[in-house]
Amino acid sequence: MSEQDPKSRAIAEIRLGPDLFHLLCWVASAAAVATLGLIIYEIVSGAWPAMQKFGLGFLTSSSWVPNRENFGIFPFIIGTAASSFIAILFALPLGLAIAIFLSENFLPLPVRQVVRFVVEMLAAIPSVVYGLWGIFVVIPLMKIFGAWAVSTFHGVPVLETLFAPPAYGNSMLTASIVLALMILPTLTAISRNSLTAVPGTLREGAYALGATRWEAILGVILPTAAPGVVAATILALGRAMGETMAVAMLIGNSSRLSWSLLSPGGTLAGLLANQFGEAEGMQVNSLMFAALILVVITLFVNLLGEAVLRYTQNQTAGIR
Amino acid sequence: MTETSARSVDAKHVSPGRPDFLTVRNFDFFYGKKQALFDITMDIPEKRVTALIGPSGCGKSTLLRNFNRMNELIDGIRHSGDIRLLGQSIFDKTVEVIALRRSVGMVFQKSNPFPKSIYENVVYGLRIGGESKKSVLDEAVERSLRGAALWDEAKDRLHESALGLSGGQMQRLCIARAIANRPKVLLMDEPCSALDPIATVKVEELIHELKQEFTIIIVTHNMQQATRCSDKTAFFYLGKLIEFAETQKIFSNPVQKQTEDYITGRFG
Amino acid sequence: MDSIVTHAPDFFSDTKPGSTKLISRSLWNRILSFFCVGLSLLTLIPLVSIVYLVLKNGLPLLKWSVFTELPPAAGMVGGGFGNAVLGTLVMVGLGLVISAPIGILSAIYINEYAPSSRLAQAVRIVAKLLTGIPSIICGVFAFAVVVATTGAFSAYAGGVALAVLMLPTILLTSEQALLGVQHAFREASYGLGATKFQTIVRIVLPDALPAIMTGIMLAVARAAGETAPLIFTALFSQFWAKSLSEPTASLSVLIYNFSTVPFPHQVQMAWTASLVLVAFVTLANITAQLVFSKKH
Repeated sequence: MSEQDPKSRAIAEIRLGPDLFHLLCWVASAAAVATLGLIIYEIVSGAWPAMQKFGLGFLTSSSWVPNRENFGIFPFIIGTAASSFIAILFALPLGLAIAIFLSENFLPLPVRQVVRFVVEMLAAIPSVVYGLWGIFVVIPLMKIFGAWAVSTFHGVPVLETLFAPPAYGNSMLTASIVLALMILPTLTAISRNSLTAVPGTLREGAYALGATRWEAILGVILPTAAPGVVAATILALGRAMGETMAVAMLIGNSSRLSWSLLSPGGTLAGLLANQFGEAEGMQVNSLMFAALILVVITLFVNLLGEAVLRYTQNQTAGIR
Repeated sequence: MTETSARSVDAKHVSPGRPDFLTVRNFDFFYGKKQALFDITMDIPEKRVTALIGPSGCGKSTLLRNFNRMNELIDGIRHSGDIRLLGQSIFDKTVEVIALRRSVGMVFQKSNPFPKSIYENVVYGLRIGGESKKSVLDEAVERSLRGAALWDEAKDRLHESALGLSGGQMQRLCIARAIANRPKVLLMDEPCSALDPIATVKVEELIHELKQEFTIIIVTHNMQQATRCSDKTAFFYLGKLIEFAETQKIFSNPVQKQTEDYITGRFG
Repeated sequence: MDSIVTHAPDFFSDTKPGSTKLISRSLWNRILSFFCVGLSLLTLIPLVSIVYLVLKNGLPLLKWSVFTELPPAAGMVGGGFGNAVLGTLVMVGLGLVISAPIGILSAIYINEYAPSSRLAQAVRIVAKLLTGIPSIICGVFAFAVVVATTGAFSAYAGGVALAVLMLPTILLTSEQALLGVQHAFREASYGLGATKFQTIVRIVLPDALPAIMTGIMLAVARAAGETAPLIFTALFSQFWAKSLSEPTASLSVLIYNFSTVPFPHQVQMAWTASLVLVAFVTLANITAQLVFSKKH
């Protein structure tokens, strides 16, 4: 390039801009990829001292006593799983009902649009506002419900254990109910997409054979869309496991394990939110270790959900 | 405009049925404000094949989809006049639409097997009707698949997914699925338009077989197909029934100028 | 001859003759529809409750002064959350300054320069994975990278955390925006002798801009409402920040802090801050929708 005539040097200079831009785009892409690597590297290296000190016992130990440098996150793993699963239990029927409602013509379009807007609004409300609302609305209601449940289910097997006294307002149940609301938009949106992706000809086919609307929905449309609904559920589960503020404000943040839904519990994300700001020494390392476990769990759940979703899309492409 | 056949009992039909099996009287139909059918009156004879022909948008499919009230899935439709099956109005308040659709089966333009096994596709109508006895279902599967000339090809793979069949096989499966309900009438909405010529011949042969047992109404774009497999033909244009007569007569000696123009390929 | 009377029953009735079903199929159908509609409308209740309470508890204190004054100390009345509003804006802005160029440029790379390269595939996977990472992990990352190395909680740390949070949203929506540009435009541009760079800058980007803006607004809306990434990166401050390298207040952390104190005035201030935050997030979301619908 050096010993060229002036004209081609000018062209080379003009080309510098475009090449620089190309390079910039490459660098940005590399940076985006590096971000995930850096996140994992930073967390692993932060967690390393704790990993060496506690090993796998960290996952199975139930004692978290910072001033004795005694760290184990078993209760928080259980709390994360339990609160998310209970939230799914509430959200799945509701989300499925809304997804069906939105993809059928039970009510005129304007009403459906209102419901759709409402569900989308639920996604836009910040987590911390859910927490505030939960403190002043759900917790008082749950105290009343808890007292009622304790007296009603006394002596009933299983239920007696799940609703054992004392009934706190800050509890696993309270957190799960608010979590259910928060994951409802994810669940609804993906389920609705997979329902509307079912070709209309299948619905017509069912109707033409004399099926009622619900026979068509339950017998043909829902089974065809089922993998999509499964993907929606898994992705919603991933969101629920990582959800932090509302849960931290409502669950009571206790490391005591209990079978009762009315007792306080704790989650990995809540643990991080509560303790990171004031942590020192080995506590920071242990929190990093907990963060690593949370990353691994949520990444695994999300990858699974994405895989199912991709399988679904291939599947419906085959029907068309 | 309407010409009810005087010779409805034709020698070549094994069991000639009543000429007024399915009757349409002064039938108007609207999508919202747009009128799609104008004052249709016709009598469709039992156990014969009636073809509905005409250019796109002439209303033939709209009429077909009124016979099993499939149009009701669309918002903002209304009609006046009446359609009667064996003298009973299909729009009567006492008529359950789901029961009507079992009596008036339908095969669609594009085959639409459910993503289930071949077996489950065939027995779908029986299952939702509350039939669960295995012997009854097995019997229905064999009868229907034989009826749709699919038994030999499918009998060894009844429990495999219906989506693994070829296009022509899928369409015959949809026919089997429809006749498993033992309907009185079979509606076919351009059943061969998505099929290759060989598969088309098979379905046309099948239509010949099926009219021994069912009253068939077929919408088609293909005039050769109408001449090959129908006994009577109705020509529609711009939502109106222009001419309705024996197929042979329509194609050899049409009364209306528009019919002649269409069948000779001058428009449409 | 068939007669109407003998045919009508098994023809047009829902159940088989002699059927002993207690509830007919049509009735089941209606019950399920009713149930489904009922459950769907049930979701209106919590949302109405949240919006109502945010308005009812938030409006009384909503005066201009809350945007200019500092938070009241424990048990004190009056004051506002001016520093928190400013802190939120500054940190979201910082996050945007970091994440928008990376997000948009890498979207250009994976869609225009090398769509099927290994790097592009890696970018797509990483972006998908980043959307699934809990927001608090962004905070942990910023803590490790900024707080631990500089030894101080700061607006920088908060901005970095929010940038990681916003990156996948901006990247993925920008990619969709670029995908949405008709291929015919590119071909026409090349056909007229334009270079790749000219085509991208003059044809593709202007056409994709509204959709890219939508992605940015969505990312801003989400970041503004997040608390978890800020809680141990920017921490909180009762005062106006003098620089970006000291603890900085934010609306969401203020709500969190004030929601659990025993003082009614502070609690009410949390509601007022919620009102401001929800209004801002909703506005950003609606703007995003509007920008988007203008294009489509």
